[in-house]
Amino acid sequence: MMKKSRRSFLKVAAVSAIGIGAAPAISLSSSSNSQSTSNAVKSKNHEAKTAKRWGMVINCTKISDEVAENIVEACHKNHNVPDFNHEVNTEKYPNTRPVNHKQEVKWIWEEHFKYAFPDKEDEFLADKYKNLPFLVLCNHCKSAPCVKACPTQATFKREDGIVIMDFHRCIGCRFCMAACPFGSRSFNFRDPRPFIEETNPDFPTRSKGVVEKCNLCAERLAKGEQPYCVEASEGAIVVGDLEDPDSDIRALLNENYTIRRKQTLGTEPSVYYIM
Amino acid sequence: MLEIAIKGSKKYWIWLTILLVIMTVGVAAYIDQFINGLMTTGLSRDVSWGFYIANFTYLVGVAAGGVMVVIPFYLHDYEKFHRITILGEFLAIAALVMCLLLVVVDVGQPVRLLNLFLYPSPQSVLFYDVLVLNGYLGLNIIIGWKVLEAERNQVRPPAWTYPLIYLSIPFAIGIHTVTAYLYCGLPGRGFWLTAILAPRFLASAFAAGPSVLILLCYVVRKFTKFDPGWEAMQTLSKIVCYALIANVFFFLCEIFVVYYSNIPGHVSHIQYLFFGLHGYNSMVPWMWTSIILMLIGIALLIIPWLRNNEFLLPFTCVMIIIGTWIDKSLGMIAGGFVPSPLHHVTEYAPTIKEVMITLGIYALGLIILTILYKLATTVKEEVRG
Ligand code: SF4
Ligand code: SF4
Ligand code: SF4
Repeated sequence: MMKKSRRSFLKVAAVSAIGIGAAPAISLSSSSNSQSTSNAVKSKNHEAKTAKRWGMVINCTKISDEVAENIVEACHKNHNVPDFNHEVNTEKYPNTRPVNHKQEVKWIWEEHFKYAFPDKEDEFLADKYKNLPFLVLCNHCKSAPCVKACPTQATFKREDGIVIMDFHRCIGCRFCMAACPFGSRSFNFRDPRPFIEETNPDFPTRSKGVVEKCNLCAERLAKGEQPYCVEASEGAIVVGDLEDPDSDIRALLNENYTIRRKQTLGTEPSVYYIM
Repeated sequence: MLEIAIKGSKKYWIWLTILLVIMTVGVAAYIDQFINGLMTTGLSRDVSWGFYIANFTYLVGVAAGGVMVVIPFYLHDYEKFHRITILGEFLAIAALVMCLLLVVVDVGQPVRLLNLFLYPSPQSVLFYDVLVLNGYLGLNIIIGWKVLEAERNQVRPPAWTYPLIYLSIPFAIGIHTVTAYLYCGLPGRGFWLTAILAPRFLASAFAAGPSVLILLCYVVRKFTKFDPGWEAMQTLSKIVCYALIANVFFFLCEIFVVYYSNIPGHVSHIQYLFFGLHGYNSMVPWMWTSIILMLIGIALLIIPWLRNNEFLLPFTCVMIIIGTWIDKSLGMIAGGFVPSPLHHVTEYAPTIKEVMITLGIYALGLIILTILYKLATTVKEEVRG
């Protein structure tokens, strides 16, 4: 059932790609359904990084403000996430209206402890934690409320645990945003393109009216590469297979005390924090 | 029957023209939103639903409230409601059309709305909400039309309409229950995460819907020769009274649980609404106004000589409509989204454009309501005369 609907999505994506010229959308989705795609894509998948359930460990002690900034920039630049502080090229985009910063788009960003872990707020928390930059992003929850809420399956969970979106199917109802307990999702209240400094041609830009969020760099994993944030983290972030007892990530979880965000809600986040 | 709609007095046409003008302004504002995206609204990353969904929720209640005349008449043979059941059903039609339009203007990609049916997702509550809303709309159109036609021809409505009428009762309860489930099944939103939400929605709907209906009865009495009957209106006002008491009672139950348990994720929302949080308090005057209006409403309806005062009743109804509207639309949205899941406080206020689009939809709803009521009252006048 699921497979079938994925395949019909491929068709839709292909059709819309012809119209919009957003070819990367196809190679993106192809990784979730290798059987039905062309040989060219298949051969790529040989080097693909795979997992039963992708997870991430963030070592908070290793992340300085500078590293955090680099990480955020690496993710946002490469995923064509608009920056509302970017000065708009008025020749290319005349009549761009002023921005409302409350309508910003972000995939990964810094928060203080009490916001990243609001249920663990503590007036006597050690100062060294109080001002650390905690990076927050989509948790790729095992039991994801956003997936449940989505009325079109534009947000769906892949077999490898990544919660990902089909930007061509999303109707922009924002039910997923109400459902996500982590504020991980952003809505394109306007056309993001005037606010992208340099467009990465390997990743689709979004149109106004759709939701987006961290995709765990599925497009990078499919090519056998590490997520951008991992690369920029100077060793502080590791992704790997949570289900594989021999993985690096499981070794980290064995050696360190880790916490997850809002564990009591039962969404089973796949992002762990080493304190 | 439709020919009745185009034969009207000067007042009728002036009224429709005014509504049409308001609607056109709304359409103009919507075209801007359609082109530029929802940036034209006061919505934000933290408060991702606003005025549209707030009014949607309220109007679902008004639509469901129509069942408060259907149940007494069809299930308990309460004859006094014979004259106004059709008014209740037609009110539901107008309210539902507004609801559906409010959803359309709220989504970011309206041209893709068909995806709801192309990729039906049975685990999404929104899927069921769309189904029950459309189902209830369809039922009311068929029932209202057939019943009115039968009345005009002075025969009993066809037998097959009765099962549909009985079916419309669980549908009415259903639309509001499912709409409540949209909110109360979300793990991270402490304000909505309460089993009392659906009962509370229903209680406030059964206060708001009949209140609107009472007002409409006054309008009908003033502008047509059809008299819905003072006794029917009085019965309605009693229904409003008890529903409103239930609504306030459910609310107090919620307040007790939230404050006695004192769980921060639940307290903070109500704190924000009624007392302000971290210095943000734009909702405070609204919420207290709502509570005061509802309490005065209860007092005016519970004391018989005040309730039976024909001059006072419409004012009471207006108070209740405003009180429940603030409670259920503004309060429901602001309370749910503020503070955000990360406990940031981002306040929300609709923009002029958002309000214009909403008013445009209300204008269209009133046009539909006016035409339907014209049909109903003219037929009823004909039959009697
Ligand atoms: S963090 Fe939010 S967006 Fe990400 S999977 Fe969980 S619920 Fe969905
Ligand atoms: S906004 Fe898009 S992804 Fe989110 S629930 Fe609606 S259709 Fe699904
Ligand atoms: S995994 Fe990729 S998409 Fe997600 S935050 Fe890191 S860089 Fe961004």
